[in-house]
Amino acid sequence: MFRGFSFVPPDTKVDFVGMRGISFFVSALMMVLSLVALQTYGLNYGIDFEGGTLIEISTKSQEADLAELRSSLNALDIGEVQIQRFGAPNDVLIRIQEQGTEKAQAASVEKVKGVLGDTVDYRRVETVGPTVSSELIYMGTIAVVVAMLAILVYVWLRFEWQFAVAAIAALTHDVVGAIGLFCILQLEFNLAALAAILTIIGYSLNDTVVVFDRIRENLRKYRKLPMADLIDLAINETLSRTLLTHFTTFLAVLALYLWGGKVIENFNIAMLFGIIVGAYSSIFVAAPLLLILGMRRDWGASSTTKRPKSGMPASV
Amino acid sequence: MLQFPRWKVVLILLVVIGGVAYALPNVFPSKTMADVPDWLPHKQVNLGLDLQGGAHLLYEIDEKQLVDDWLKTLRGETRSALRDDRIGYTNLQANPKTKSVSVRIRDNSDFDKAVSALKELSVPIDTSGFGMSGERNISVQGGENRTVTLTITDAGLTQRINGAIESSIETIRRRIDAFGTSEPSIQRQGRDRILVQFPGIQDVQRLKGLINETGKLDFQMVDPSANPQEVEASKRPPAGSILTYSADDAKIPYVLKDDVLVSGENLVDAQPGFDGRTGEPIVSFRFDSTGAKRFARATQENVGLPFAIVLDGKVISAPRIQEPILGGSGQISGNFTVEEANDLAILLRSGALPAKLTPIEERTVGASLGADSIASGKRAAVIAVIAVAVFMVLAYGLFGLFADLALLLNAILIFAALSLIGATLTLPGIAGIVLVIGISVDSNVLIFERIREEVRAGKSPLAAIDAGYSRAMATIIDSNVTTLISTLVLFWLGSGPVRGFAVTLCIGILCSMFTAVTFSRMIVAFWLRWTRPQVVPI
Repeated sequence: MFRGFSFVPPDTKVDFVGMRGISFFVSALMMVLSLVALQTYGLNYGIDFEGGTLIEISTKSQEADLAELRSSLNALDIGEVQIQRFGAPNDVLIRIQEQGTEKAQAASVEKVKGVLGDTVDYRRVETVGPTVSSELIYMGTIAVVVAMLAILVYVWLRFEWQFAVAAIAALTHDVVGAIGLFCILQLEFNLAALAAILTIIGYSLNDTVVVFDRIRENLRKYRKLPMADLIDLAINETLSRTLLTHFTTFLAVLALYLWGGKVIENFNIAMLFGIIVGAYSSIFVAAPLLLILGMRRDWGASSTTKRPKSGMPASV
Repeated sequence: MLQFPRWKVVLILLVVIGGVAYALPNVFPSKTMADVPDWLPHKQVNLGLDLQGGAHLLYEIDEKQLVDDWLKTLRGETRSALRDDRIGYTNLQANPKTKSVSVRIRDNSDFDKAVSALKELSVPIDTSGFGMSGERNISVQGGENRTVTLTITDAGLTQRINGAIESSIETIRRRIDAFGTSEPSIQRQGRDRILVQFPGIQDVQRLKGLINETGKLDFQMVDPSANPQEVEASKRPPAGSILTYSADDAKIPYVLKDDVLVSGENLVDAQPGFDGRTGEPIVSFRFDSTGAKRFARATQENVGLPFAIVLDGKVISAPRIQEPILGGSGQISGNFTVEEANDLAILLRSGALPAKLTPIEERTVGASLGADSIASGKRAAVIAVIAVAVFMVLAYGLFGLFADLALLLNAILIFAALSLIGATLTLPGIAGIVLVIGISVDSNVLIFERIREEVRAGKSPLAAIDAGYSRAMATIIDSNVTTLISTLVLFWLGSGPVRGFAVTLCIGILCSMFTAVTFSRMIVAFWLRWTRPQVVPI
């Protein structure tokens, strides 16, 4: 009978809460850097949010001559045309900026197609008009806000408001960090990127909730333990799970990044970042924040006579 | 823990068998599945346009044109209503900005009569389904200076848009069906939009041409008194005439009489063909009896003069009337290619769209990219499963193997659910499945870590495993619900591929609650019963 290997020794005792001076500084630095990057570089909006046309072509036989394409397409008088290699040497991504009206947009695509002719394989052509792109921005913002609010309410109902506030702080931390990453690397921010951010929100919270569950349980179990030690104990007890889970998810997304193709590459980069920062924020941001927000011990006490609010016992 | 009631075991096994049965069709090529009898599960997962290639076109109906057309009609109706009642009026005008028509009544004594006569023009709107809402499509109000204003109400406009969207969808369907493409999906989206999706890639350019054209056909007389070149220079056509251009690239100017002799509404049939004499492609058409009568009268009156066949405001051809056309049929020749003649016949047969449709979003994916995406998605998924499975065994030994079984079943159930509900698998959807592979072992990790803790606390194997499962449950539910919340938001917000991601993620998380908790627990229970271990190998 073979047994598993404990990647985290059972008696691990790291003073995570004691490190909050450093970890809060690191988090604050990351958020400031992200906001500065947002100010200076800004997000590299894709056509989903900015409108415009994206054409992916594949030259059939020979390698694509980017310089020649660039000079011939920029001579078309349709604004700046961005041209970049996309994966294989004969794959090229062409981006035409938004032309003001839907009609002009269609005309610009025809012009580009006229230059490229039938010698290339059109792998995809995507045009998003100004009406749709502004709606997508609106919907995207709403989605992130609604997701955060729904989570806030859920955590509040299941725990106490301090937990909800700490969880939202950790999520904001992750989202700002992810946006900073997009700014610094100038990755295209499109619908898939937005999906990644929403997934990061859900995934990072998943982890925070696991730590919170354990803190609540310990509140009931250890009446005399100082708060800081109690939180540390909870983090250490769940540390093995946190690292293992994040590692398996990281493995899966890494496989997607390495072999999943170029089309969803940015999604995968964002997810890889989100998995790491999500684990970090649960341990180093959300849990220590509870201490600062003033966690009360009587939640644990009251639950010996009374069940937790939602009626579902946290542990039996 | 050891007690698993028989009915529960049967139920779980039924789910497993059902899952396998419904997932299985996806293993075979679709041609093989066509031969499977209907009573067997035979549905396969629909591939999204980004995987099989195809076009996604989102159109918006021209609301302004709808309003303008309506106001034009309303002005005409106001005029004839007042004339019928012999009420004198001035200043009859349409105001597109306020979506209203206003008219000034000449005589004070006629004012009340005029208001009540014009009120007859409005129609109640049946919003409730009982006709009791009391709302009307036009509000008629008498104002200062003997002015009556007829304003289109919001409800009236909504009703008009609804009607226009419905008939547009019908028209588009007729056109695409006539074109003979495979299974297009045409559906309304939001208030004023239509989403058209074609799987597989055919001649997207031609299909787009068929939808973009309004298809409004008019027969109008050419104004013989005007010189088109002069009018083009001055941009001032004579009263009752308009300046129009030919449909081809040459853009030849024509000056046409503003009155429409016969319009496309009176067509009963249009077919592509070839001219018997010259052999060039033509479209032959036939009018209904009203159209035939009008056309006969017009051609009798204007022998020797040219008339124009106008499609969507552009002149296709302007032949001279050689002799009266009394039979109600004719042909259009305009230097067509065979393809163009064919498409024009489709347009004419399917009728005109109620208003212009503007493409506001277009995404086409070539078959080669779709195939590449499937290939890379598959490869990534297989590698992810293997990596996670190996890691789980390293971390939890035999229990890791149990978790892997649950993982495998989860993957099977996801495909079964996708096939069963007819969901569409997109590239982000594949990403969702891969992500679920990573996430779904989380429940097992939570349970196994708990068991380890309980074992360390000195519990017997049975008690430790029992406590591990039951204690981890609340945490598992909490953590999955939070992920589900953001997934549901994503589903609600997302369109197309992104929605596909939300669907697979959502299904995957729900299935993982079953596989990682219930199913794995049953396996562990059987294993406990058979081996009665003294220590837990975890």
